[in-house]
Amino acid sequence: MPESTPRRSIWARVTGQSPFVVTVFALVLGLVFGAIVIITTTAPVLDAWRGFFHSWGAPGHALKVTADNVGAAYRIMFTGSVFSPATLWHAITTGQGWSNALTPISETLTYATPLTIASIGVGIAFQAGIFNIGANGQAMMGGIAGAYVGTLIHLPMALHLPVTMLAGIAGGVLAGSVPGLLKAYTGAHEVIVTLMFNYVVSAILLYTLLSTALQAPGQQNDIARTLDPSAQLAPLFGVSSGLRVNYGLVIAVLVVLFAWWFLERSSLGFDFRVTGANPQAARASGINAKAVIILVFAISGGLAGLAGVTELAGFYKTLDGGFLVGNAGIGFTAITVSLLGRNRPVGIVWASLLFAALGVGGRAMQAATGIPLDLATVIQSAVVLFVATPVLVKEIFRLRTSPTTALQLATKGWGS
Amino acid sequence: MRLELRGITKRFGTFTANHQIDLVVEPGQIHCLLGENGAGKSTLMNVIFGLLQSDEGEMLIDGVVTRFANSGEAVRRGIGMVHQHFMLVPVFSVAENVVLGFEPTKSFNRLDHQRAREEIRSVSQTFNLEVDPDAIVEELPVGLQQRVEILKALSHDAELLILDEPTAVLTPQEIDALMAIMRSLAASGKSILFITHKLKEVKAIADVITVIRQGEVVGTAQASDSEAELASMMVGRSVSLTVDKAALTPGEEVLAITDLVVRDDRGLPAVNGVSLSVRAGEIVALAGVQGNGQTELVEAIAGMRPVESGTISVRGVDITNHTPRQVLDAGVGHVPEDRQLHGLVLSMSVADNLVLNTPRRAPFARRGSRNLAAVNENAQSLVQRFDIRTTSTQALVSSLSGGNQQKVIVARELSRPLSLFVASQPTRGLDVGSIEYVHRQIVNQRDEGLGVLIVSSELDEVLALGDRIAVMHAGRISGVVAPTTSRETIGLLMAGAGATDA
Repeated sequence: MPESTPRRSIWARVTGQSPFVVTVFALVLGLVFGAIVIITTTAPVLDAWRGFFHSWGAPGHALKVTADNVGAAYRIMFTGSVFSPATLWHAITTGQGWSNALTPISETLTYATPLTIASIGVGIAFQAGIFNIGANGQAMMGGIAGAYVGTLIHLPMALHLPVTMLAGIAGGVLAGSVPGLLKAYTGAHEVIVTLMFNYVVSAILLYTLLSTALQAPGQQNDIARTLDPSAQLAPLFGVSSGLRVNYGLVIAVLVVLFAWWFLERSSLGFDFRVTGANPQAARASGINAKAVIILVFAISGGLAGLAGVTELAGFYKTLDGGFLVGNAGIGFTAITVSLLGRNRPVGIVWASLLFAALGVGGRAMQAATGIPLDLATVIQSAVVLFVATPVLVKEIFRLRTSPTTALQLATKGWGS
Repeated sequence: MRLELRGITKRFGTFTANHQIDLVVEPGQIHCLLGENGAGKSTLMNVIFGLLQSDEGEMLIDGVVTRFANSGEAVRRGIGMVHQHFMLVPVFSVAENVVLGFEPTKSFNRLDHQRAREEIRSVSQTFNLEVDPDAIVEELPVGLQQRVEILKALSHDAELLILDEPTAVLTPQEIDALMAIMRSLAASGKSILFITHKLKEVKAIADVITVIRQGEVVGTAQASDSEAELASMMVGRSVSLTVDKAALTPGEEVLAITDLVVRDDRGLPAVNGVSLSVRAGEIVALAGVQGNGQTELVEAIAGMRPVESGTISVRGVDITNHTPRQVLDAGVGHVPEDRQLHGLVLSMSVADNLVLNTPRRAPFARRGSRNLAAVNENAQSLVQRFDIRTTSTQALVSSLSGGNQQKVIVARELSRPLSLFVASQPTRGLDVGSIEYVHRQIVNQRDEGLGVLIVSSELDEVLALGDRIAVMHAGRISGVVAPTTSRETIGLLMAGAGATDA
């Protein structure tokens, strides 16, 4: 075992213990990794490097082209997802163009809203030692239930919006209860059941869109009626502002506060955490394992359903066959986000903001530079990989490793 | 073989497990290494056996400086080790186990059973260690399995035998047999390094005693020194080895078990028709070699294992096949056998662990919301009352020593109103100081009129605490005797011989 060197930088001492720092460094590594991808896939950069030995000026030129391309990509990623200093300065000095200046951050918040809610649901399940891989299906079910109530029932907004939201939660609870009950009473493994149940819900989505009253009148395609305005989550700053950030944000904030209270202060949350940390001790302490499993899936599924209906009522307004499919599958992203945020409400907020910003910024980058949006996915994945391997990150940045925290992962293997 | 250690130091990060250890084992000598759990005994043995490399110091074998890169080299150089947990293949025969890794072969690499068998016979004859070479290891009693381990070491021409806590799993009779073997091996010129924390054994067998504490040699002692002297050397302060109890004044029956049958994980009846009663104000100690159904019996009482037939009642209330919650609410306090698995959540704080099975009880929670101030207050007072050594009530329970972890469980169970207190192996792995403390707490509860059931495989503990001693063998109570009964009689009951009443 190597001797610990007595002299270490203050920086290393301060940062060595914090998982937050590891996450930040993982982000840095992720960006470095993204830069390598940009260099190796962008034609002008490759051309510049190919001519490296052609003339005395070529190496400098190659480096400059590289820096220009990578710099531009990341600059646009930032200005497209947070703010552009120039536009913001313009708005401050002239009082004009605020909408322009705030659009990037508004977009990021809009994407982060349902993602946070779904990730909190997944995180609560993780804390209880349960893998809810079915958050996407549960969110979809929430969307379907919300669409029914939001389009086929007509009520004043003060009633319609809450009922729509509750319908979304109920849809998620319903979808979550199936794997929950199966696990509690038959021991069926939740990963398999929830994963498969996503496909079941996908089929239900198409069925409801094509063969029920939900389908928009006169439509042959998989498009539903549009939600009544009274069932929609209105833009926070009014329609005229042009900013898409909506009252879903308020719901997300409430969910985060609830989750913090639930995990840190509630008796049931205590049962969840004890069960997740040591199921045997939980049983010996009189915690009813079956009840915990069923409640975990109800709460986790309910939050996923709320995420789905928030996405529908705040963003899409109209349910269609592409709802939460593929890249839009926030329920799947939520699993990664939750792990990145170490299953804690505050961590999850930062993680979903980061993921939303990378996604929104990636779109801006694609539009401006032609570098594909998939680069954002590459960076997201790299960050998660580096977070999952804290030892590697600490080794690369020579952070102090403490033997107790070095190998602590956010969750345990799913076999146990 | 003469083994000499000079200034052996072994560090794990910043923690020094062994510091400047000097030790000499002469040929034909039985050298006892005495120390508490966590004193660094096993680390030192692993250094000698080549499983760990020392950071400083040197090891001399017959005067030659030697360093082993792995245990294979140590075996070739004549060092044999008998681990606390046997390294045998249960489904293999004795002969196959002994030759494992060094198998004699015939043509086409086939195992030569005949030669293996002969080898064992000759070794067992030389050292007078009788074992049937064709017996299947898992069918042998534990004492004989250990003999197979010793045979295995000797068949590799071991000149120095390391025995790591070899008596933990043995009955008193088997311990006697082991001691006889050790003496005859020493007489034939083998050196023996015997590791233990049990004072009686040390006094019975040692030629030389080296005491280590917190990784350092604190001195050598003679077998003629008193147990109290040895204990105080080992712990670093004087300790009381006897337990003072008030006169027995038993009250009403608090635990009644009749004809209980409980199956183990493999579906075999581990508890097979046990009847037992515990009265208020008395300690019933359940003695027996590990694995004779005590674990399953306690799990059945705690509601963690289904009861096949028979009944369990606490203060006349039937709790057979009730849930752990219902058993807890019936006033049963339970110190589980495996404290880290069943008793604690290591990743949570001391304060949370102190309310682990009462999180909803007032004042710790109200209408589903926890009152962390009350939880913390409770922790403060229990930490003080039970002398739990922790940096704070918010420290993770995993940061506590084994003894203090056990105090957390005992404190939690005794802090709520109880009718019956069940403690499984309450002092396993604890140092002498903590054992003293836990024993006093248990006796205090009994003196205050609580019914107590202790399960222990340590005969000393059983004799010191029990007002009545029930001995368990093969899933049955083989006898209930008074604590004045001789160790030999209890030993025979532990081995299943005869049934008596008291």
